[in-house]
Amino acid sequence: MSATLMFYILGAIAVIATLLAITRRNPVHAVIYLVNSFFALALLFYLLGAPLVAAWEVIIYAGAIMVLFLFIIMMLELAPGGETDRYGPNWVKWVPILLLAGALGACTLLLTSLDPTTADGVPRWYASPRDFGYALFKEYALAVEIVSFQLLFAAVGAFYVGKPESKRKGRGGEA
Amino acid sequence: MPEQLLTYALILAKLGLIFFVILTLAAYLVLAERKILARMQLRYGPNRVGPFGMLQPLSDLIKLLTKEDFLPATADKWLFLIAPGLSAVTALLTFAVVPFGPPLEIFGQTLPLVVIDLNIGVLYFLGLSSLAVYGMALGGWASNSKYALLGSIRGLAQLISYELALGLSLVPVVMMARSFSLTEIVMAQAQIPYLLLNPPAFLIFLISVVAESKRIPFDLPEAENELVAGFHTEYSGMRFGLFFVGEYINLIILGAMITVFFLGGWHGPYLPGVVWFSLKVLAICFFFIWVRASLPRLRYDQLMHFGWKLLLPLALLNVLVTGAVLLWIG
Repeated sequence: MSATLMFYILGAIAVIATLLAITRRNPVHAVIYLVNSFFALALLFYLLGAPLVAAWEVIIYAGAIMVLFLFIIMMLELAPGGETDRYGPNWVKWVPILLLAGALGACTLLLTSLDPTTADGVPRWYASPRDFGYALFKEYALAVEIVSFQLLFAAVGAFYVGKPESKRKGRGGEA
Repeated sequence: MPEQLLTYALILAKLGLIFFVILTLAAYLVLAERKILARMQLRYGPNRVGPFGMLQPLSDLIKLLTKEDFLPATADKWLFLIAPGLSAVTALLTFAVVPFGPPLEIFGQTLPLVVIDLNIGVLYFLGLSSLAVYGMALGGWASNSKYALLGSIRGLAQLISYELALGLSLVPVVMMARSFSLTEIVMAQAQIPYLLLNPPAFLIFLISVVAESKRIPFDLPEAENELVAGFHTEYSGMRFGLFFVGEYINLIILGAMITVFFLGGWHGPYLPGVVWFSLKVLAICFFFIWVRASLPRLRYDQLMHFGWKLLLPLALLNVLVTGAVLLWIG
């Protein structure tokens, strides 16, 4: 019972923090709210019996990606409240958001209607790091490899784009 | 029911004791640092308050508590007020997973000398150390001052860079112990500490830890002669005190982590486990102070080159080599 209560409290925190993150004009405040949301999400994962995923959520999302966001925002020195004219009443701009929200809603409905006991993989209630590792690198090895190749492409692309113009031209039409 | 009460009482006693010991140790570490630095520079150090200056931390505390808590006019109020707490709390929380002795037998119950033995202890430590960045970054940004902002931007870049090497240098340890739990990592070192089995991992971890503690030679976020006091320039009174205490608590935690991961934790001949653990942690703390007294500050580009071009590839190579050796042994 108390676990269910915790679940709803944490869920509410995550939703409210995310809403606040979207609506804040001050970018640093938005980052802080998003970190809060990730934190609540990590606790939700822990509550659902996936401590490893919870730890990665904190380390990677709250601890690395959001810190990089904060770093870039501080470097750029964005003035709070700038670019307000972008939020004009142009409804065409809302279409992608509505589409995404619809897709997310449909996915959520689909996932919640499934019976969790029939899903294979690691036992749902408590996934130790060892079980998690075996499931990830044995059953889903191909998917992991594909994802890591995609990350490699992104890294190579970033290196190419980040190269000074003069050096890029020196290599001719190679790239 | 009485048995359950006893369990709760023991847990509470353990928490209170750890809290008390860590805070006192942090306060006296400040005094120890001032005295040892003074001796290394042929001075006396604080010796007026109480015998051998032993009451100096207490008088410092009274001074910090009674000073004015100043809030800059253009500061971002809430973040400015919260930031010092963030940096002290993340440092304190880390101690929850540190095993500081072998399990104890009290009143017919087995009492593990660790607050909670998470099976993801290593990741908990890494997660909290990556969150510790926020206290410094937000404190510097919320002050709305050039020096503080520069300090926290430097600190952010430095901590991001060295956290990678820190995490990667722990991978061989996890591979050798076959567990993320700190207690099991200590158990696995009953015969030989990992310092002897994998010296490169130890060196990389040690250097990254010094960088993570933002002390000389990696104290660029608060370089006095360039940035006044870096990210905590605008802080005064106990809020400055929280940043300060957080830094020393962090020092103890990092010393404890080195002890757990590489020096065999509580294992040692003759003396009881808790004593061995404390001795090892204090020795590491002395090493930190010694480093501060002996080394100059790095230049910023040297810091970045060292982290990304030397430490990170070495850590990756070490993971590969350790994995290969472990496979070869079977």
